[in-house]
Amino acid sequence: MSTAAPLPPAAPVVEMSGITIEFPGVRALDGVGLRLFPGEVHAVMGENGAGKSTLIKALTGVYRYDAGTVTVDGVEQHFATPADAQAAGISTVYQEVNLCPNLTVTENIVLGREPRKRGSIDRRASRERARRVLGELNLDLDPGSVLGRYPIALQQLVAIARAVDTDAKVLVLDEPTSSLDAGEVAELFRVVRALRDRGVAILFVSHFLDQVYEISDRMTVLRNGRLVAEHRTAELPRLQLVQEMIGRELSTLEHLEREAAQDTPTDAVPRLRARGLGRTGAIAPTDLDVHAGRVTGLAGLLGSGRTELTRLLFGADRASAGTVEVDGRPVRLRTPRTAIAEGIAFCSEDRKGEGVVGDLTVRDNVLLALQARRGWLRRIPRKQGDELVARYIKALDIRPAHPDALIRNLSGGNQQKVLLARWLLTEPRLLLLDEPTRGIDIGAKAQIQALVSQLASEGMSVVFVSAELEEVLRISDRITVLRDHRTVADLDGSTATLDSVVDLIASGGDRA
Amino acid sequence: MPETPTDQRHRRRLDTSSPVVWAAAALLVLLVFNAVVNPGFFSLRIQDGHLFGSPVDVLKNVAPTLLIAVGMTLVIATRGIDLSVGAVLAISGAVSFTIIDGSPDPTSAGTAAVAIGTALAVGLVLGAWNGFLVSVVGIQPIIATLVLMTAGRGLAMLVTDGQIITAENPAFDWLGGGFVLGLPAQVVLTLLVLLVVAALTRRTALGTLIEAVGTNPEAARLAGVRSRSITWTVYVFVAFTAAVAGLMTNANVSAADANRAGLFIELDAILAVVIGGTSLAGGRYSLTGTVLGALILQTLTTTTLTMGLPDEYVRLFKAVVIIAVFLLQAPRIRAALGRRRRSARTTTSPAVPLPPTTGDDARPLSPTATEPATVPTTEPAGERTAEPATASTTDQGALR
Amino acid sequence: MTATETDTGAAPAPAPERPTRSAGKAAYAWLRRTDTGSSTFSVAVTAVLLVVLFGAGTLRYENFGYPQVALNLLVDNAHLIVLAVGMTFVILTGGIDLSSGAVVALSTVIAASLLEKGWAAPLVIVLVLAVGTLLGWAMGAAVHHLQLQPFIVTLAGMFLARGLCFVISEPSIPIRDDLFTGLAQDVIELPGNTYLTYGVVIALVVVAVAVYVLHRTRFGRTVYAIGGNEQSAGLMGLAVGRTKVAVYAISGFCSALGGLLFSLYILSGWSLHAIGMELDAIAAVVIGGTLLTGGSGLVVGSLLGVLVLGTIQSLISFDGGLSSWWTKITIGVLLLVFVVVQRLSTRSKP
Repeated sequence: MSTAAPLPPAAPVVEMSGITIEFPGVRALDGVGLRLFPGEVHAVMGENGAGKSTLIKALTGVYRYDAGTVTVDGVEQHFATPADAQAAGISTVYQEVNLCPNLTVTENIVLGREPRKRGSIDRRASRERARRVLGELNLDLDPGSVLGRYPIALQQLVAIARAVDTDAKVLVLDEPTSSLDAGEVAELFRVVRALRDRGVAILFVSHFLDQVYEISDRMTVLRNGRLVAEHRTAELPRLQLVQEMIGRELSTLEHLEREAAQDTPTDAVPRLRARGLGRTGAIAPTDLDVHAGRVTGLAGLLGSGRTELTRLLFGADRASAGTVEVDGRPVRLRTPRTAIAEGIAFCSEDRKGEGVVGDLTVRDNVLLALQARRGWLRRIPRKQGDELVARYIKALDIRPAHPDALIRNLSGGNQQKVLLARWLLTEPRLLLLDEPTRGIDIGAKAQIQALVSQLASEGMSVVFVSAELEEVLRISDRITVLRDHRTVADLDGSTATLDSVVDLIASGGDRA
Repeated sequence: MPETPTDQRHRRRLDTSSPVVWAAAALLVLLVFNAVVNPGFFSLRIQDGHLFGSPVDVLKNVAPTLLIAVGMTLVIATRGIDLSVGAVLAISGAVSFTIIDGSPDPTSAGTAAVAIGTALAVGLVLGAWNGFLVSVVGIQPIIATLVLMTAGRGLAMLVTDGQIITAENPAFDWLGGGFVLGLPAQVVLTLLVLLVVAALTRRTALGTLIEAVGTNPEAARLAGVRSRSITWTVYVFVAFTAAVAGLMTNANVSAADANRAGLFIELDAILAVVIGGTSLAGGRYSLTGTVLGALILQTLTTTTLTMGLPDEYVRLFKAVVIIAVFLLQAPRIRAALGRRRRSARTTTSPAVPLPPTTGDDARPLSPTATEPATVPTTEPAGERTAEPATASTTDQGALR
Repeated sequence: MTATETDTGAAPAPAPERPTRSAGKAAYAWLRRTDTGSSTFSVAVTAVLLVVLFGAGTLRYENFGYPQVALNLLVDNAHLIVLAVGMTFVILTGGIDLSSGAVVALSTVIAASLLEKGWAAPLVIVLVLAVGTLLGWAMGAAVHHLQLQPFIVTLAGMFLARGLCFVISEPSIPIRDDLFTGLAQDVIELPGNTYLTYGVVIALVVVAVAVYVLHRTRFGRTVYAIGGNEQSAGLMGLAVGRTKVAVYAISGFCSALGGLLFSLYILSGWSLHAIGMELDAIAAVVIGGTLLTGGSGLVVGSLLGVLVLGTIQSLISFDGGLSSWWTKITIGVLLLVFVVVQRLSTRSKP
């Protein structure tokens, strides 16, 4: 629990109100407000697509907003660039730590504002300044060391030190703890509290509920681009927070009926069995069974380790611990090719970076995995390829229905369908789907969910990852709940309810 | 009625923003210019059943460069580059003539076979070396091939012992001056290689896989593409083409000059590829474009020479052409950026029904730059450039 | 020795107690840890290489061990030193400049032709430097504002410069101007019957200025920052655009200056001078420990890199039996070794 801060002073140091940002076809933020008070840690909470990132970017001068105001110390501001925001006293520490790893700690702290003596940089004064700032934060780092030699956790602290050096009034921490272990998080929080006690307003964005409850004094919850509420942390029960984040909209989709075929006995050898599978820094050792004809859903908030686990099941990342058996045979999933040879397919959630091959057509993208498996020499015959592509374009309702359109010209949702088609084409025995319905309209979502269900009834095993709990509940036979990089529960899909899952996510099953 | 795939493809090819179209237009302009300035340029005559004339000269002179440029196209498509082709050319040429010169029967077909075979084998080995450095050790292509470029000339000189080796061998004589179906042998050979490569890359899946590797190496990896083998192979192939070009060069002068053979040919080859529209950042490539690019450069040269200008002017004109091509391509890039800039502030594709999702996911071990789109430089101009900056700063492919 | 101490009362990660750790290991650890350390390490390697090569020469060849032989390394390569300095700036930002050699040739041609026409030498010098800087600036603008790749832009620059050479003058032009010939022939006498040329002095001044700029000015630190992470540099509020353009202008200036020094050396202007010299400059920079990806390297390293190249050249010319093309092979091998080592050491970074 955060130490109880005194009642905040009347005036917030930053006040955003009525912020609206529109992108083509979507309103990312709709009249959102935020108040940052000095000497407070303020967490912004929301699920994927809620608008947290967008709001932060509006504050820090990265995005322009279409309506609304941003006031700093009572004066309305319009930041055209991040540099403007910095000049106004708003410093940001990004998730990927935007510093220069080839320069020293000292240089990173003073870069762009080095003390000068007679026209040239005063190295001694720089070192002193850096030493002082590091000392204020009680960081025992050697100012003369190259930044790149330190782990991300410490680099982050240097980024914070830089912010302190600029006398920042507001410090924005964007997902600062994603790559940190428990000890590093503790150190970070110590520094954050020190800054808070000095009167800095701290904006904290994170998916880790425990951490947010530990460090923040106030929370703002966003959902679907709208402000849900602002609370004092001490007054907000976890359950209510999760409910506000996820929402209780009624699903418009029917519960999917499934054929009796999946009442196959569960003592059959599982298609895939993972024991103690983990990767340092990504996911704690986990057990998972996936049976033929079953859909296993991975539920949890973003950052809980779902994607990491799924990647391990494909060999996209190397596991540092654990074993995997496919149909009872131990396999070493070193590379995607190995996994593909075992009949595993993986549809990544990072569609742009890991899925879409922008320069190629829809047709080439759809056929890519199948072609890669056949090798370069045995090209898929034209007619057969056309047929396959046309079939999937129709089945997934890919628009525009032109196989020769360049994939980069398709909307995000349609690109996702193309990638899905790519993997379905390989007729895998285990299909790993990471956020397959993200960015797809509700009608298409239903189609895909129905498709997954059908595939399962035909004997395919599916691992289904989604941030939308209703979706996971709807189609999964078993649900594994993850939280903060570890598995907390394993539920039966037919008896699990939204409340029970939400509860597990909120309380972790082992902590009140 | 839905359009057939061929309609789509056909329409796409006539797209006026395609660099190949620009290249064709440029070539056309050059040829027209030639027709005006050098009236005799297009006159062909047939003599002894062989074609002669300026156009034939252009084709003959372009053959070695074009050959290498074909290989270079594939290398560049994988986001690589090969600076060592000139050196490989010199080395294989040196090897072949050293063998001929040192053999007891220099004019026999057998000697020719050994010489040619060895030269080609040497080319393959050197290409494998480059491929190894790039695909296994992971050295940047520009520096990996710079090593061979630097050392290679020395190696070639070592082989010839510093001499220019002359040799007479019917096989090479034919390669240098012979004709096939009325056209010079080298032209036919190059054409053959071009056709084989085109068939090989477009009739099999190789071309698509190469483009996939060059466009998005990670996506290709996750889709199960054998990126390492593909990368290695293209370097072997381009070195092979350089070796063949070395034989051609030798044949032209009946001598192996390790010092001057293939000097700067890598630059011409790279230029041909780039003018033809293949981007140095990898991905889509166009063999047609490369052919046009090579022809443009060679026509430029021949035109300049036929006009009586010293061949030094050629370089100046080449520079002008390059600059013109890039200025043409750059504003197009900027205009396209401008359109996207106004419509979307992120790098995700335009009409996304839900808010952009980049930046909301935590993936600890791959802290990719999730918000690259909106990093402006602090230019005094004040206009916030929401440039997709990652494209230029991190995707420079071979050159970063 | 990494600082992972926390304040939470948990046991701090202890540095292993090794009271008997040798000073050598401590020094090595320091070298690996600090900024000056890791770059110094690379430069130290180059320095050691230089000493080893020179020592080998002294042992092997009778006349190698004279001080003048060492000083001749500077005398004969003054122009390349200047070129390498300019190239270092560009490579530190992650770019490359292929036009250096061509600008050298252009400088000699412009200088020679103008001097022949009777222009005053000081004016000619200023003009040549201006032309080089302008050309560099134009290339930098194309790289940054048009977002074109440095390789291609500077390649175009190379062609343009060479082309201009030929347009100005086809045959080689001798330089007979008094100032130039005077500077070329005058030497600075040093004790021990040795001498240096003014060109060396200029080159060393350029090196000193470069060191100062890169390490003591904001501009210099911005250069390193861009090479380290251009995006971060922008986010940190640095003038990335101006700096990127400026480094190419600097390289252009250095190429022009190098061209002037070269013209002192060879006393003629010719369009075919300095062919391939940019590659020598690049090789010197790489051998000097600068990473081609940018962000790491010292100008001093490039200076040593030039000296290494010069030593190899001298070694080979001293040895009557070895053909001069062994130079190229050796340089290629050296380049390979340095690059592989760089690759392996960046791979093993945390």
